[in-house]
Amino acid sequence: MGLLASHPGAAVFAGATDLIPQIQGGRPEPSLVVDLKRIPETFRLAAENGFWRVGAAIPAAALTAHAALVAAFPGLVEAAGLIGSDQIQGRATLGGNLCNASPAADSVPPLVALGAEAIIVGPDGERSTPVSDVVIGPGATSLDRAEFITEFRIPSPSRGSSDAYERFIPRTEMDIAVVGAAARIRVDADGRCKEATVVLAAVAPTVVEVGAASGILEGRVIPEDPGRSAFWDELGEAVVSCCNPIDDKRGTAEFRRKVAQVLARRTVVTAARRARETL
Amino acid sequence: MSRTHVTCVLNGDPIDFLCNDHQTLLSALRDELGMIGTKEGCGTGDCGACSVILDGQLVCSCLVFAPEVEGRHVETIEGLAKVDHLHPLQDSFLEGAAFQCGVCTPGFLMAAKALLDRNPSPTETEVRYGVAGNLCRCTGYDKIVRSILDAAARMSDEEEQKEEEA
Repeated sequence: MGLLASHPGAAVFAGATDLIPQIQGGRPEPSLVVDLKRIPETFRLAAENGFWRVGAAIPAAALTAHAALVAAFPGLVEAAGLIGSDQIQGRATLGGNLCNASPAADSVPPLVALGAEAIIVGPDGERSTPVSDVVIGPGATSLDRAEFITEFRIPSPSRGSSDAYERFIPRTEMDIAVVGAAARIRVDADGRCKEATVVLAAVAPTVVEVGAASGILEGRVIPEDPGRSAFWDELGEAVVSCCNPIDDKRGTAEFRRKVAQVLARRTVVTAARRARETL
Repeated sequence: MSRTHVTCVLNGDPIDFLCNDHQTLLSALRDELGMIGTKEGCGTGDCGACSVILDGQLVCSCLVFAPEVEGRHVETIEGLAKVDHLHPLQDSFLEGAAFQCGVCTPGFLMAAKALLDRNPSPTETEVRYGVAGNLCRCTGYDKIVRSILDAAARMSDEEEQKEEEA
């Protein structure tokens, strides 16, 4: 921290999968690069009383290989397992994926859907902030220059609760989400939806939560085969109202709105099925 | 500019080298250590030509800062063959004509080794995902995938033979 405070041009890194290409691509070279990986807190992975601590510098490959984490947060881990190739997953981290602040980051929607808090340290000590408040725009975070994230604290899933993540890319591997969608669903003992959180990526400058999802889905039995139902149309409308996408080479704004509706439905179906399986 | 002294284990041998703080592991291997088996393709983690195994984990050496490997184990293509025989993956690649120009080959071999270390009997789909981070512009991938499957079969046959002999 002293290093960061005394070197205005310093940059922190964990996996460096974004930092090195940015330097190669001509961004100003940091005066100092600070490796966070040897700070023990950034590598801790454990379930404690009521929450999981997931170190911000743990590579994705270690998350996807952790059976208990996969069981607790299947959607978060499937997102981590979609970031780049095996080579990239050997390095890329949740902290880096968040702080690189791409609107299309795969692991951010599930972190937000799960209600994760980011533990941030800086010259004034430690603070905790919801992951949804970290990214404020493409490439920009609310962190002070001398601050960094050590770990995430994610509420442990209650019985009847689970999550899912899906993204659309035009090929099967090694691409950046055109749209991403995460869902966390909690069902009651009868399998009816009690709570639903749906979070979208790559359809706005930051990830967005579909605030109306819980109201629309509460009390519904979410079918294995989505089929056609009025509530899916309602959810689709709520999704579209949250989208503020751009046209780019990956997809048009109109296409992103359509895909966001499909992916929201699919992740809700998958998360609800997983939630019922925990009963 | 002062240089950083790094000590690590490279292909089983303790070594040390000097590098600049922002130098990549790829550059240190090639330019400081003369280990030019590891190739540079894109330099941005997209092509996998520079793949090496760092503490058992497959990584792109172009995305690792050289000082990060202090105290760690690095495996490169130079360590794949033993003194008097090639690795089964290398035999399979040769027999299966799994390369043409050869620039991607060290990266493919290291990615395939990391895959088989973790999963000795992968399906074709698992092989295709396992090398999804490696680009080849010559072969069309099919010969590479078949050669990796062939090597996996050979290695498990050898294992069985060893067990029977024991």
